[in-house]
Amino acid sequence: MSKRTSKKKQWIRVDGRQYNELREVKIESGVLPNADGSAYIEMGRNKIICGVFGPREMHPKHMAKPNEAVLKCRYHMAPFSVDPRRSPAPSRRDQEITMVMRFALEPAVFLERYPRSSIDIYVEILEADGGTRCASINAASVALVDAGIPMKDLVSACAVGKIDDRLIVDLGDYEDKKGQSDLPLAYMPKLEKVTLLQMDGIMKTEEVEEAIKLAIDGCKQIYEIQREALKKKYGIDKTKMEEDTPDEDDAGDTTEVTEQ
Amino acid sequence: MSKSNVVSHLKQKKINEVLSTGKRMDGRSLEEYRPLIIKSDVLAKSEGSAEVKLGKTHLMVGVKVGTGTPFEDTPDEGVMMTNAEFTPIAHPSWEPGPPNEDSIELARVVDRGLRSAEILDTNELNIISGKLVHIVFIDFYILNYDGNLIDACGAGAIAALLKAKKPVYEIKKGEPVLTDKKVPLTIRKKPIPVSVIKIGDNFILDPNADEEEVMDVRLTITFDEDGNICTMQKSGSAGLTTDEIKKCINIAKAKAPEIRAKTMETMQ
Amino acid sequence: MSATFQNRELVIPGDIIYEGRIRTGENTYRNQDVVIATRLGLVNYVKDTVSVIALQGSFNPMVGDLVIGEVKDIELGEWVVDIGGQIEASLSIPDAVDQPYQSSFDMTRVLDIGDTIIAKVVDLDRRKTPILSILGSGLGKVNKGFLFRISPIKIPRLIGKKGSMINMIIKETGCRVVIGQNGLVLIDGSNREKEEIVIKVIEKVNQEAHISGLTNRVQEFLKKLKEEKN
Repeated sequence: MSKRTSKKKQWIRVDGRQYNELREVKIESGVLPNADGSAYIEMGRNKIICGVFGPREMHPKHMAKPNEAVLKCRYHMAPFSVDPRRSPAPSRRDQEITMVMRFALEPAVFLERYPRSSIDIYVEILEADGGTRCASINAASVALVDAGIPMKDLVSACAVGKIDDRLIVDLGDYEDKKGQSDLPLAYMPKLEKVTLLQMDGIMKTEEVEEAIKLAIDGCKQIYEIQREALKKKYGIDKTKMEEDTPDEDDAGDTTEVTEQ
Repeated sequence: MSKSNVVSHLKQKKINEVLSTGKRMDGRSLEEYRPLIIKSDVLAKSEGSAEVKLGKTHLMVGVKVGTGTPFEDTPDEGVMMTNAEFTPIAHPSWEPGPPNEDSIELARVVDRGLRSAEILDTNELNIISGKLVHIVFIDFYILNYDGNLIDACGAGAIAALLKAKKPVYEIKKGEPVLTDKKVPLTIRKKPIPVSVIKIGDNFILDPNADEEEVMDVRLTITFDEDGNICTMQKSGSAGLTTDEIKKCINIAKAKAPEIRAKTMETMQ
Repeated sequence: MSATFQNRELVIPGDIIYEGRIRTGENTYRNQDVVIATRLGLVNYVKDTVSVIALQGSFNPMVGDLVIGEVKDIELGEWVVDIGGQIEASLSIPDAVDQPYQSSFDMTRVLDIGDTIIAKVVDLDRRKTPILSILGSGLGKVNKGFLFRISPIKIPRLIGKKGSMINMIIKETGCRVVIGQNGLVLIDGSNREKEEIVIKVIEKVNQEAHISGLTNRVQEFLKKLKEEKN
């Protein structure tokens, strides 16, 4: 009886989550054999796969920058990722997300180490369930590390929205569509910098401040999941390498011995 | 396929050398497939779906059932559309962009097999004659390319279609009303494409990416369960003698039932 | 002034691996008073230096590297060679044949598109294009064998200290094995079974490069594989 009354008082989201509770997030790195780095993420019912290639020769060559690598991004949705089926041709929305995703990730990458080349990040949305841009950034960040691209920090992303005049973290599809506003945010947790910030709908100034705080808290939770995903690929932590680990002098060595 | 068009001479020589011993670089015999694993119903937003792994070749098949107007010459028949997307994550040389001839060939060859076998009952897909019919979209989405996409997509299409459901419309006062009900599509045949690849003097099945790179010619033959041929496609710039064509047909015909059985079995 | 991880602990980009003044080694950078990892790998505290032994990474060509590449194109007086780095390499006629350039010279008679070569990086030009040479013993066009690709970052482990790992593989299998710093390994044996043993061993090194006791494990693995074949 008491349980029921307390439930009545407590405001609960459509899928039963607390206001600041993320959906279930699963990340796996190194899922694509042909890519230099890759990651698969399930964030709620979002299913997204990301492949990273490079640093590699820039095509077309005249697009290359003489002083740094070009970070090429593409956010792309499978025709069957949404209802009803969509055309596989990129929409204006896809192109904008591609751009903000690039802006979100660029600050974390040491582009200046690879002049004249390109680092390509391709995100494919297999199933969309609200918050695909944030989930894409989370996957891309893990895929970049998996590719061995030198980075300053990871990038973690999470959205905060408003529904029934309440702020909620990590909007699902329904909340995304029915809510009053949506504020996706990406964050470099160690460097404490926001690298993606968008908003639509209506929020009061104080609400935006609170939303940013909640989003950053969400990003920090995502960060831990990204970190675990990266570590998982290499088995147990604190793995010791054996004594004959090649030192830097040996690393440049090349050996050729042929059959006698 | 649409990778760099430079063929490695070293690779060509070595693959031929190993083939001449009756084996392949990965240890398979000439007509041996890699493990085929199909999981169906993997995507909640599609009416039917399948995830296919054939060795390192990895792809998704999504079946969406929408509505539209029928073609003028077939006013009471539903429509089936097939499309293949070569995503740039699948291979380092695949670039983003509109469909290229390889992805179009893939979609069309699989499509012709399904269509010729009359896999769907197009009359069943009719809602209001001349006005509204179901459109069944079959989308192939390649996630990792390691050869033999036609066979993998062909098997995946069957798996996805077998689990696909269409929404039910009721006609009220001549107007279609969508109900909550969904019923499975009637699947009348299970056509299976088998591609035979010729490298030098050898005929092999289920080529990987390296083998496709050095292949001379490919002949894809689709069989229904009665052993009828539903579709053929010769690809690659080399010729085949009539004896070689017969040989390809025999090899493919012997293999098709095995791949069909495997497709059904992995869906359990 | 202290280490923030245990030695050889797994770190990811952004991890603060040292607080205070210390020399920064590979795969690290300094941000004010702390040193931060830039790649996923094992943190390595040695004397006055902190570095990260990367477990993932691309090939970064350096002068002196032995590489295996494929001729992608022929331009005026030079071959364009794909060595898997971020920039395609260049091989010009004087670095391929011991004769001066002549416009009538048929370059395809030396190397054609699709040929594989073992080459040395002799220079990086102003735009960082690797300049290759195939003049020298063991260099030149490859006519036999096949290539196997592993992560370039694992190459030092495949070579081992003073070549110990690779020499063991060669000794035990009798195959010719040439290791390119760019992650390509040329394997050529007298029969396929021997070559398959080499592939399995290289795959093992590629997967377990970061786990201790590698040399011993590979030795036992080789022994087991050879017994299976007999």
